[in-house]
Amino acid sequence: MSRQLYEFPGGLKFETFKEITATIPAIQHPLPNRIILPVRQHIGIPSVPTVRKGEHVLKGQPIAEADGYVSIPLHASTSGTVIDIGDYPVPHAGEHEATCIVIEPDGKDEWFDIQPTDDYLTVDPKQLQEIIRSCGITGLGGAGFPAHVKLNEGVVNIVDTLIINGVECEPFITCDDRLIQEKAHYVVSGTRMIRHAVQAKHCVIAVEDDMPKAYEALANWIDDDIELIKVPKRYPAGGEKQLIQTLTGKEVPSGGLAIHIGIVMHNVATAAAVYRAVTRGEPLISRYVTIAGEVETPRNLQVLLGTSVNDCLKACGYEHNDEHMIILGGPMMGMHIRNPDIPIIKTTNCILVKKLEPAATELPCIQCGDCYNACPIKLMPQELYRNAKTDNFAETQQYHIFDCIECGCCSYVCPSNIPLVQYFRYAKSQIAAEERRRDGADLARKRFLEHNKREQAKIEAKRPSRPVIETSSNPSMDEKRNYIEGAVSRTLKKRSKTKKILDKRNSD
Amino acid sequence: MMMELMFVAMFVAIFVGIQYFYHFINIKNAPSIQGKDVADHIERLLPQTQCGQCHYEGCRPYALAIASGEASIDQCPPGGQQTVTAIRDLLGKETKFINLPLNQEFNSMVATIDEDYCIGCVKCINACPVDAIVGAPKQMHTVIKGNCTGCELCIPPCPVNCIDMVPTRVKTNEWVWEKPEPAYRESR
Repeated sequence: MSRQLYEFPGGLKFETFKEITATIPAIQHPLPNRIILPVRQHIGIPSVPTVRKGEHVLKGQPIAEADGYVSIPLHASTSGTVIDIGDYPVPHAGEHEATCIVIEPDGKDEWFDIQPTDDYLTVDPKQLQEIIRSCGITGLGGAGFPAHVKLNEGVVNIVDTLIINGVECEPFITCDDRLIQEKAHYVVSGTRMIRHAVQAKHCVIAVEDDMPKAYEALANWIDDDIELIKVPKRYPAGGEKQLIQTLTGKEVPSGGLAIHIGIVMHNVATAAAVYRAVTRGEPLISRYVTIAGEVETPRNLQVLLGTSVNDCLKACGYEHNDEHMIILGGPMMGMHIRNPDIPIIKTTNCILVKKLEPAATELPCIQCGDCYNACPIKLMPQELYRNAKTDNFAETQQYHIFDCIECGCCSYVCPSNIPLVQYFRYAKSQIAAEERRRDGADLARKRFLEHNKREQAKIEAKRPSRPVIETSSNPSMDEKRNYIEGAVSRTLKKRSKTKKILDKRNSD
Repeated sequence: MMMELMFVAMFVAIFVGIQYFYHFINIKNAPSIQGKDVADHIERLLPQTQCGQCHYEGCRPYALAIASGEASIDQCPPGGQQTVTAIRDLLGKETKFINLPLNQEFNSMVATIDEDYCIGCVKCINACPVDAIVGAPKQMHTVIKGNCTGCELCIPPCPVNCIDMVPTRVKTNEWVWEKPEPAYRESR
């Protein structure tokens, strides 16, 4: 049975330079001298460290626990001693530092006591989801959304189609391609496990049509229960929204999620990680990373999480210098980093080294509309740009800026070299900052009101109750009269005073 | 014939002109809200630092004062020009105001107590309008950073000068992307 394929709008076709790394087997990267594990490697709340400085940990031992629903635990990549818990540079476009757990490996690579699940088919889907969570599995496609959250949505809602995404559309990146070629069995079995966890009716594994070897490898392992589909090579065919459109013809609603149209999507690497987690109880502690570009021997490496980018580059015969720049991720969506001493994290799929070239000069927009034609979600980049540039953020939301997937197609085709995506990221982060500001103000107002209420109550409590006028229990008529007359005369005096003031004011 | 046509054209032009003029005036001058909730709306636009730099005892009293016409709209330094503009747009009248420097550093400072020097006098706790300081008599005090509005009201009462304003550290997920700056000059 072959599935009818659809087309998504826009997109680009370009040279992908994948042959170099896709044909060379990946090698295991040797144990590094130091492992730096950021506590936040996923979208959501950072994990909370559970180990102390100086403590000895084993490979696969949980070293940080999840803090809330959209959070996952973190595990030690190898056995060794925790030498520090503190701030270190992490992969971040703003070159920030964040809390990391630093481990000095002891070289023994000794495993923690991990337990496999006997037969996943007999396990309740909810429990399977818990296993996946406890193994610290995030989406390995790029965004790093905790896998169990997506699975839970699948458990709660009815899932029509489970899509396993093996479409690597960005140039240079071949880590998923190599993973499928070498571990096709893991991917297919992992797919069946995820399918069981979300109880999907249909199940599809999609690869791009320029990954023939990966296709063959998967074809050897799949049965009638899984559809294997080749999708035409076009950027960004591997984006979640685009792949759903290609395979089903359905569009994810604006501001909605795939689950709203009955679809759950996971990356092939996530499926392989799920297989490891279920059959061996092995947490997510390593991943495939493509080292490409201007390095001596471009190839894929199987790297322990927390290994530094510099170590990986050295393994491929590259010493960092000022003539080159390092991009984490692909050339379209990756981020430019200056400090190569940052660790590989769960979402790092590629390290690309490029010759440093001066940035193209940005020129005024000529309203050519090329960006509109290239946009895969049919936004209007020229309007978004105009409003983002003038800080007109409310208007950018009218033009659905939050549906932008930052694929970079518009920037790529722009004849005026306008860094459109950077404008959109600027606008998005400004809107988010404004929202946080408003939330903060609301909180402050609430606290101020409560504070005032309490202060008022304090004053009320201190104030003496009204003085009782001392009068004899049975006053004579004279006393009463004196009292009343006194009050009247006082009032009259007051009144004449105010009248004088008013008169003076009026005459002025 | 020609004259008649010209007259018609003139009338149409004047009519359209007047319509447009009124339309314009309405947008500029008609208040977008009315009644007693004006103060509520103004309050929503104020930064809620509760710092009292407007010479009122917090954002709510200042909002009430603006609504009653007692206070001018340009007395809020933490809010800066953004707030002034927002209130002007809300009230929709030709409100007089001065141009304050646009406050970019909004909410970016928080008070920090140097805990080694704190003597536990509780004076700062009483001064804080949003209860962002915890502590007890003769016990060390500390600031809950997430709740501090940066109003600086706790600084003058401190007898040992142990409170400082420090810039907040931008969290990794709260970082704001830079705006690209093209080299060409915008022609108008």
